[in-house]
Amino acid sequence: MVQTMMKNENNIKLNVQSSQVVSEELPVVKNNKSTVFGTKDFNLWYGDHHALKEINLDIKENDVTAIIGPSGCGKSTYIKALNRMVELVPIVRTNGEINYRGRNIFGANYQVEELRTKVGMVFQKPNPFPKSIYDNIAYGPRIHGIKNKKILDEIVEKSLRGAAIWDEVKDRLNQNAYGLSGGQQQRICIARCLAIEPDVILMDEPTSALDPISTLKVEELVQELKGNYSIVIVTHNMQQAARISDKTAFFLNGEVVEFDNTDKIFSTPKDQRTEDYISGRFG
Amino acid sequence: MRYIDDSVVMKRMKTRLNRNKGWKALFLTGTLFALLCLVILLVRIVTQGVGYLDWDFITNFASRRPENAGIKAALVGSIYMMCIIAPVSMILGVATAIYLEEYAKKNKINDFIRMNISNLAGVPSIVFGLLGLTIFVRALALGKSLLAAGFTMSLLILPVIIVAAQEAIRAVPQEQREASYGMGATKWQTITRVVLPAAIPGILTGSILALSRAIGETAPLVVIGIPVILRFLPDGLLSEFTALPMQIYDWAKRPQEEFLYVASAGIIVLMLFLVIMNSIAIFIRNKFSKRY
Repeated sequence: MVQTMMKNENNIKLNVQSSQVVSEELPVVKNNKSTVFGTKDFNLWYGDHHALKEINLDIKENDVTAIIGPSGCGKSTYIKALNRMVELVPIVRTNGEINYRGRNIFGANYQVEELRTKVGMVFQKPNPFPKSIYDNIAYGPRIHGIKNKKILDEIVEKSLRGAAIWDEVKDRLNQNAYGLSGGQQQRICIARCLAIEPDVILMDEPTSALDPISTLKVEELVQELKGNYSIVIVTHNMQQAARISDKTAFFLNGEVVEFDNTDKIFSTPKDQRTEDYISGRFG
Repeated sequence: MRYIDDSVVMKRMKTRLNRNKGWKALFLTGTLFALLCLVILLVRIVTQGVGYLDWDFITNFASRRPENAGIKAALVGSIYMMCIIAPVSMILGVATAIYLEEYAKKNKINDFIRMNISNLAGVPSIVFGLLGLTIFVRALALGKSLLAAGFTMSLLILPVIIVAAQEAIRAVPQEQREASYGMGATKWQTITRVVLPAAIPGILTGSILALSRAIGETAPLVVIGIPVILRFLPDGLLSEFTALPMQIYDWAKRPQEEFLYVASAGIIVLMLFLVIMNSIAIFIRNKFSKRY
């Protein structure tokens, strides 16, 4: 049912192919997709700690790109660099480039507010505002200046449908989002992210605080969303990466060890360390 | 091989439990002692003062005869002063707290400022009185006016308000800010829409408690030279005035015994004032505070 809803909304995004809604049918190699994030020789330090080393990674349009690796490998740091959220940590220094649609986001005149309007983020811990469900979803549109109640109503409904939670909350939009379960809160956060009509959605371990059923719902949602959005997801759960992603990058000690199509990473990895990690020998 | 021997544990059990009881008794005694002092003080003041406390006491000016003495000038003066202190100290205090918590970068200068604001909260009030005398009364030539006293008291409680507001702002979870920044909100939008709504109960509670401290302070007013006996109400910001604690102080030091009872009546009025303000603070905290 939700898939048909998504199709109704396909006219908003020009580059949608309905076949992409189901992941199993995807051809393995798609080199003709355009690059959303191009990372070139990117380095990042927290004070003296060299957290990301010479990262080179291209994230393609409408792919689900999973980033896996043991704790402290830099996977969360990398995804937070993509919307410059790392800059909230005052001691961060970077060099190299991350190009979003061809422009270096760390360039001198790139407005971070503009970037984050295009690149939405879903966090590890569900973090709805202590406001009503409606106000949570309308937060993004409102900060970007939309005041018209009718337009806001439409955005709220569309976003909640997009996050597959409309039916659960449509009768209580004015209730506090804190009354929802953890899994519902996380889908509210996804809906809130959809409301700013992003191009890319970054997900930083979005299911690590959720129970298995909520996790499954979020995973299904990722599959539905990738028709319209490019998704980068950090996960410590390798089965999850294998289930939902098209490409997988394996990070270790701040470096990209291997980046390839997901089925290739999990069946015939080129690097011994990747094989050791995915077969559970460390991490 | 077990390291913990059951018989040894049982042998020591009694000593441990008794020691626990001993400490509990000690702490209870401490609490009861404080409570007892408070009750004695309250009972003494109420029994002494209640005879002089009537409507005339509220509506009369000060008088040489104890039975005619009233606190009208002092009560009105205190309320007027509060009307200056509240906006001045809260606007400055909250603005400072927002700057220090949200905008200021972590560096040595800002750490130095933060540390010294906390230190200022511990500076004796008489020092603020001297500061007010030098700057407001003399240098700015405001005289012994409402404005000079209000500014001095604002400075006195400013550090307390800043620290309370900083703590309230810091208590807003970082994830909330991240959620807002993550959608492209500016710092100002994040502050007005996410941080302040969550922090306002804490800020108001701290501010009201600081204001009630300002109401009861005497030393700065003495240093500034606020008059004690006034038979008129202040008619403007630069008018002379007197305040509740000044009036109480004056009555308490007079030789006639009756004035001691008048002072007690004045204390009752001052305490009612404080109880009302603290109740408002508690009400705000319970009603509006949010849990994450």
